[in-house]
Formats: sequence, C-alpha cells, structure tokens
Amino acid sequence: MLRVSIAKKLSYFNLSVEFQVENNQILVLCGPSGSGKTTILECISGLFTPTGGAIELAGNVLYSSDLDVNVPAKDRRVGYLFQDYALFPHMTVRQNVVYGLRNPNKSAAGKNGLDYKQVLESFGVPHLIDRFPGQLSGGEKQRVALARALVVQPQLLLLDEPFSALDNKSKQKLQQEILRLHQDWQIPMVLVTHDEEDALALGDIIVSLHQGKVVEMKLR
Amino acid sequence: MSVTSLPLARLMASKSFRGRDFLEAAIMLPLVLPPSVVGYGLLVMIGVNGPLGKLLGQFGLSLVFTKIAVVIAATVVAFPLMYQSARAAFASVNPNLEKAARTLGAGELRIFFTVTLPLAWPGIMSGLVLAFARALGEFGATLMVAGNIPGQTQTIPLAIYFAVESGDSATASTLVAMITVFCFLLIFWVNRWNKKRLH
Repeated sequence: MLRVSIAKKLSYFNLSVEFQVENNQILVLCGPSGSGKTTILECISGLFTPTGGAIELAGNVLYSSDLDVNVPAKDRRVGYLFQDYALFPHMTVRQNVVYGLRNPNKSAAGKNGLDYKQVLESFGVPHLIDRFPGQLSGGEKQRVALARALVVQPQLLLLDEPFSALDNKSKQKLQQEILRLHQDWQIPMVLVTHDEEDALALGDIIVSLHQGKVVEMKLR
Repeated sequence: MSVTSLPLARLMASKSFRGRDFLEAAIMLPLVLPPSVVGYGLLVMIGVNGPLGKLLGQFGLSLVFTKIAVVIAATVVAFPLMYQSARAAFASVNPNLEKAARTLGAGELRIFFTVTLPLAWPGIMSGLVLAFARALGEFGATLMVAGNIPGQTQTIPLAIYFAVESGDSATASTLVAMITVFCFLLIFWVNRWNKKRLH
C-alpha cells in the first residue's frame, strides 16, 4: 500500500495532495499540464523533495518531515516509466534492462531482481535484445522501458503519460497490458494523464488536480 | 587542464548557487582578454615580487622564463575553451536519463561514469581538441612570462616569429608547414571520429 500526504512550494502555486492506494488498485492523477502531476511522481520516487508531509510504501516510511526521514531515490524500490521512456541511448536493450540488476547473470529470481530474459519475453520483445534504443519504434521503446523498470521488482510503479505518444489502437492495447501487468504484479500503480477518458478506463481511484490541489476524487 | 575543468564544468552545468555568474565570468575572462594582458597578469602573479613568486622563492624556486611558465600560460589561455565545451556537453545530457538511473538504484558516481560522461564525451573531446589547438598556438602570454629561450621556452609560434624577423625564411616555412599539416590532421581525425560515433 502507498500512502502519500505531501506539500511542496512551487513557483506558481503550492502543491498539496493526500491519497492512498492499495496493492490491488490503480490511481490515476488527472489534470491539465502544469497542475503538478509529474512533481507528485518525482516526490514519491525521491527525485524531488517535498517541503513537508509523509510518504509511506508497503509499511516503510520513505519520507517524513516529522521523523526527518528521506530515503534516497536509489533505495526506494519505486519503478518509474518516464514520458520520454528515458532509455540510455548508448546502451543496447540488454544493457538497459540489466542496468538496475546487481547480478544480471544469475538466472534464478531472487532478492536482486528477476531473470531479465524472462521479463523481456513477457513483454514480447526478446528479439530486440542487441538493438539500440534509436533502432526501436515508440511502442517497442515503451515495452523495453517497462521491462527495465519492473525487472528490479519494485514495490510501486509510476507511469508518466504513457499514452501521450500512441495512436488509438496502440493505446487500447497498452491499456489492456497495464491492467494485465497490474493483475500479475499486485503492486500499487500511479498513472499520470491529462486525458479523462484514459483515466476512466484504468483508474480505480481518479484524482483530479488543478494548480496542485485535489479538486475531485472519484472511486470506481 | 581536463582534470580540473571537468568537475568544474559538471558543477556549473547542474547547480545554481550564489556567485555562480561571477565565477563563470572569471573563468571565461582569459578567452576574451588580450594575450598580453593575461601574460602581464601571470607575470605579476608568479614573478619574483608577485604573491605566488615570493612564496616559491622561499623554497628557492622561480617559475618565470622556465618551461613550467610555458605550460602555465598555455593552460590559462586554453582553459575557458575546454571548460565551455564540457559544460555545454554535460548540460545537453537529458536529465531524465540520470533520473531513470537513480530510480534503478544507481549511486551518483555510477551514474556519472555510466550515463553522463559517455553521453557528454563527444563534446568534451571536441573541447579538448579546441583547447589543445589554442594552447599550441599560444604566443603573447607565453612570450611575456616565459620569454623566448631556444631549446628551453621557445614554442613553435615564437620560433616562427623570430625566424621571420631575422630573415631565416627557410626555418619559418618548415615550421609553418609542420604546424599546418599537424593541425589539419587533428581536425580531420576529430571530425571523422565524431561522424563515426553518430552511426
């Protein structure tokens, strides 16, 4: 379970949100660009430090201004799918996917993550293993980026505008895929989108944001 | 020069702090100042009566009119070029890549050596070549702090100037041809290397 209650002073407005996501839930943050959606993801993942509040994941305190706790991003075990996928352009698909693994050659699934070949297979991209990101299509890049984020067995998955670069058909396919992933992995997911239709299609909880404030919270 | 300018460029590309603009202007100054001004400044600094010169003098050392003075002059003049290229190269690396590495559990040192540096490398390399070429052609500041002692502090540009002045056009032509061919090959090779990397 993920519990978030944070405040952050930004240059145009003050961000202040509070929500809670169970393992079997997908929470969608919905709002126009500049409403603080990505900032919230960055605070949860530890890339950005809030001004105050607390973040708790699977019983561990990741951030708390009261307890003076701020776990660095590298130790948070939070998977993050970036809007531009952020694949390392100078590394092959294999090198990208094993980047977060401490012991990539160990095939047995263990504390240090899963077998990367199996994960690539489950995303239908094992044949791309020796290619560079520049040689992949948008959809392929996204699958590789998802594989890279999940192979380290995160306890939470954050998705920043995963549909923004896709046409309608691939979008529906990816929505099915995210629902399937969520079934398989049983970890909370937080997804950011500006499109209300996407939000309704996926979200168990839909949080509408405006200028850093929650204006509406819908449960499905 | 690279050893000091790389960390400095990394710092300046990523952090904003008080006095940053001031520091940056100070770093870039030798690029725009006339070489004679830089040379005079260095002479005041490391000369026998200068602050640094006095300190070294206590150990019986003197830098003026030595090979080390040649190196100092070339470094000070070429430093801004290296620094500027490296800073631009670091700034051009997509910050999301570093963030992604962080969420994958990588520490800052590992991120620098596996993500930031490899991606900034072409820019750093061209900065290095530019700086090297500038150092090779250094004339004014070198003449002022290191003089023109044949076999000691005489650089190729100085040798050419004094060969022409004394009417020795044979020596001058040879040196001019040498330095031109060398610089041409250098630029040719760097361009080829950069092109290859893009493919």
